[in-house]
Amino acid sequence: MTEKAEDRKPLLSKKIDKFFTGLADAWNFVRRFFKEVFVPPYEFREVIHQCYRIGVESLPLISLTGFIVGIVFTNQSRPSLSEFGATSWLPSLISIAVVRAMGPLVTALIAAGKVGSSIGAEIGSMKVTEQIDAMEVSATNPFNFLVVTRVIATTLMIPLLVMYTDFVALIGSFLSVSANEKVSMTTFFVQVFESISFLDITSSVLKSILFGFTIGIVGCYKGYNSSKGTEGVGRAANAAVVMAMFLIFIEELLVLQIVNAIRAF
Amino acid sequence: MEDKVVEIRGLMKSFGDLDVLKGVDLDLHKGENLVVLGKSGSGKSVLIKIMVGLLKQDAGTMTVLGKEVSTLRTKELNALRLRIGFSFQNSALYDSMTVRENMEFPLVRNIKNLTKKEITMKIEGLLDSVGLPQSINQMPSELSGGQKKRIGVARTLILEPEIMLYDEPTAGLDPITCGEINTLINQVREEYNTSSIVITHDLTCAKDTGDRMAVLLDGQFDAVGTFEEVFPHAEDKRIKSFYDYNFINS
Repeated sequence: MTEKAEDRKPLLSKKIDKFFTGLADAWNFVRRFFKEVFVPPYEFREVIHQCYRIGVESLPLISLTGFIVGIVFTNQSRPSLSEFGATSWLPSLISIAVVRAMGPLVTALIAAGKVGSSIGAEIGSMKVTEQIDAMEVSATNPFNFLVVTRVIATTLMIPLLVMYTDFVALIGSFLSVSANEKVSMTTFFVQVFESISFLDITSSVLKSILFGFTIGIVGCYKGYNSSKGTEGVGRAANAAVVMAMFLIFIEELLVLQIVNAIRAF
Repeated sequence: MEDKVVEIRGLMKSFGDLDVLKGVDLDLHKGENLVVLGKSGSGKSVLIKIMVGLLKQDAGTMTVLGKEVSTLRTKELNALRLRIGFSFQNSALYDSMTVRENMEFPLVRNIKNLTKKEITMKIEGLLDSVGLPQSINQMPSELSGGQKKRIGVARTLILEPEIMLYDEPTAGLDPITCGEINTLINQVREEYNTSSIVITHDLTCAKDTGDRMAVLLDGQFDAVGTFEEVFPHAEDKRIKSFYDYNFINS
């Protein structure tokens, strides 16, 4: 199409074009990841370094958030249950809610904000300051070093962080239950483990792997394709968070439908 | 000629509607320092980016060390890249790594079986030769602009390239540091037997470092020759104004 014909296209049509071009770009980026993840050299040291940054450095924030979620959710649920004289069900209710939905979702949203934006900004700034070009001209594959390592790290670390969040949230919930209902730790945790099934844990882990992959790949994609100098870096970081959060909610919905179908079956 | 290390013929490159290179011809001879001059946005950096395969030309040929860059597969291109050193305008040091890690990065990924001692000796030797032995454990953010440029050059030299490409080596530096960088460029040629292309719009840098000048104007090389041949008696207004601005205003 000539330039003039391109100019005459209606705004909506241009936006649709842009959307599908972006989608194709993103799809090619994901395909490239799966192609290069098996190609040597394997950057094990960088994967470990990224796991440390993503996992260990997120622990304080995740701990605080998980703990507060456990206490708040328990305190918010208590009045409704007490109307039916069912406060003894609190451990069951909390464990199901935390393991099935809140643990993975809260962890993934926090990680999208903390880790996703940091990956987007870091790779974006490397792009605009020609550091990625510098890797390329020194015969190193920047995609392998920057993208593959970070996506592997988020995919591995988010499930671990989710399990940790679940644990901390349950501790928070136990403290609240223990203070108000005078329940022992053993009674609380026996009830917790009786309420959750193998399917709950499996789906939670698989969902977390999906969330981790999404956070990593979106952060890397936005950073790798950033332009327009420092403004572009800011945009990349912001877009990485917004896009990752949006996709996490969609994935949560889809996984829920699949798990419910399995449960019904 | 057999001693040509780079041979460019009819090279064309456009970005959208903008024709940046309009059929450029140029040679770089072995052991030569060639300076490419031109206004900002004239396509000087595009030329050397095509040389290392960061960009692809629309037409024409770019033969580097006997290989046509655009036809090379990734593995062949990487092998060629190891023989070319590229010093970036803003140094492009990896800012999450120390100077040592910056220099180790290309070395350990491209030359296998080096012991830690050999790596350290190589890094220290190069830092000595660029005059910054004390900065080995510093982060790039702790270095000045001139120091970053030196480390950038040292990082490219670690793979012992045959060709050095300098993209605006003196941009944003004070006159004294510019002089030091010019000396470094000449020193690199003597010590490492490199052939170099220096991209700049700084005529002092061009005069100090270049054996030949090539002036890129409106997408083509209008004048190629020694500094004396190209500048002092230039008839082309655009080249003359370039010379006047640099040597009268400075």
